[in-house]
Amino acid sequence: MTVILNQSFTGISIGAVLLLIALGLTLTFGQMGVINMAHGEFIMAGAYTTYVLQKSISSAGVSLLVALPVAFLVAGAMGALLEWLLIRRLYTRPLDTLLVTWGVSLMLQQLARDVFGAPNVQTHAPDLLTGNISLGGGITLANNRLFILGLALLCVLGLTLILRLTPLGRRVRAVVQNRDLAEVSGIATERVDRTTFFIGSGLAGVAGVALTLVGPIGPTMGTNYIVDAFLVVVVGGIGQLKGSVITAFVLGVLQSVLEYSTTVSVAKVAVLVAIVAFLQWRPQGLYTLRTRSLA
Amino acid sequence: MLDIKTIQAGYERTTVLHGVTVSVPKDGVAAVLGHNGAGKSTLLRAAMGLLKPGSGAVLLDGEDITRLAPHQRVARGMAYVPQGQQSFPHLTTAENLQLVADGRLGVRPRRSGSGRGKESIAEALDLFPALRELSGRRAGLLSGGQRQQLAIARALITRPRLLLLDEPTEGIQPSVVAEIEETILALTRRGGLSVLLVEQHVGFAMRAAQRYYVLEAGRVTSSGEGGTKSEQTVRAALSV
Repeated sequence: MTVILNQSFTGISIGAVLLLIALGLTLTFGQMGVINMAHGEFIMAGAYTTYVLQKSISSAGVSLLVALPVAFLVAGAMGALLEWLLIRRLYTRPLDTLLVTWGVSLMLQQLARDVFGAPNVQTHAPDLLTGNISLGGGITLANNRLFILGLALLCVLGLTLILRLTPLGRRVRAVVQNRDLAEVSGIATERVDRTTFFIGSGLAGVAGVALTLVGPIGPTMGTNYIVDAFLVVVVGGIGQLKGSVITAFVLGVLQSVLEYSTTVSVAKVAVLVAIVAFLQWRPQGLYTLRTRSLA
Repeated sequence: MLDIKTIQAGYERTTVLHGVTVSVPKDGVAAVLGHNGAGKSTLLRAAMGLLKPGSGAVLLDGEDITRLAPHQRVARGMAYVPQGQQSFPHLTTAENLQLVADGRLGVRPRRSGSGRGKESIAEALDLFPALRELSGRRAGLLSGGQRQQLAIARALITRPRLLLLDEPTEGIQPSVVAEIEETILALTRRGGLSVLLVEQHVGFAMRAAQRYYVLEAGRVTSSGEGGTKSEQTVRAALSV
């Protein structure tokens, strides 16, 4: 029992990382329909940002806190640049977007190798995040994983509030629901697209900062997570924040518990089979939008 | 006010408009009539900039706006109510209106005072009081008539000088049609607003318009003074 609880907590923290990555994708893939294969490299950019900042700021705690907003801006700017340079020319050609962004992804990985070297690098976690909290009965919660969980939930909350309550959020939702009508209502839809991309990519940067707490930083670290994150968005229901949150945690726990009872590869296969079966049953995902209107 | 000059436009390989010239008088109403597929909606889409014309020009108060994006035209005082009671279905009625009043990034409501466009929203709601009670409901759950009232209210939030209306009463329950028609007539008589009206109902169009154009297969086949006395001429032109 203790083991299962501990594994479940690990699973929840894996889910939290997935959620952070998938949050950005619910915007760029879910809402805008762009399959951005370079999203993983924005995670990497966020992680290397943390690494660079830690070299110049000696205190691990301070550098981590500084890294969160800086990584958001760095990854967000990369995303906005990518949107402006390439993606906006390809909105009507989704398959070409996939190829183009995959190419960009490979280029960014090579760029990271040239700048930081091929071997993985590491950051030091602040002391506060290295320990454990013991709940008694053999159940322990690692501080760094609790931090990631908190960070993910904070980002979900922040994004929800922005989409629900701010003028920017209204514009983003309006453009998603009826692009032409938004444009003729006076909304500069191209600028909204770029802003949406900025936020989605920035969130990937924040996910990158979180990943430095649980693993090494390397040029290909983003690719390890990107497929899982796309799965989270698809299973959750495209463009549905709520669905992504639930799916991320379910997949994380499933993966982690199965890993314990079998092996890593078998667990991976089992999770993928479960997803395929689920999508056969509900191709539209966990949540969908329903209305009377056809528009 | 608005001059559409020998405009040619269409989709992919088919040309829909073959050199159409239409002008809307200042503070007046011009009506475009014609059968389905004549190119009426295409003309409005081209005037609004949703469709890039192959040739010809669109002038607003003498300024060439042919190359401007739709939101830039809105900033210059144009507004557009497209066909089919379109709305943002998952936004509430209030959000549908607030969205346009927000301004910034897009267009700042003209002559708007303080309070994030509260005045212009209140003004639009005064025209359609029924919308007040629906403010918290998602637009997708409204009836067709309510959604059309919302669409017109939304277009008026920016306080336009020129309103493009695409069959405002088509597909709407008869009880609401009269109400919408009266509101449109009242709007045009208040002054300060020009209207380009696309209509199938000859009676209403001629009552509202100072000028009419009959469009057939992408060409203007007859035009003239509006008013009820021209109604028979137009009916004859359309029945061919």
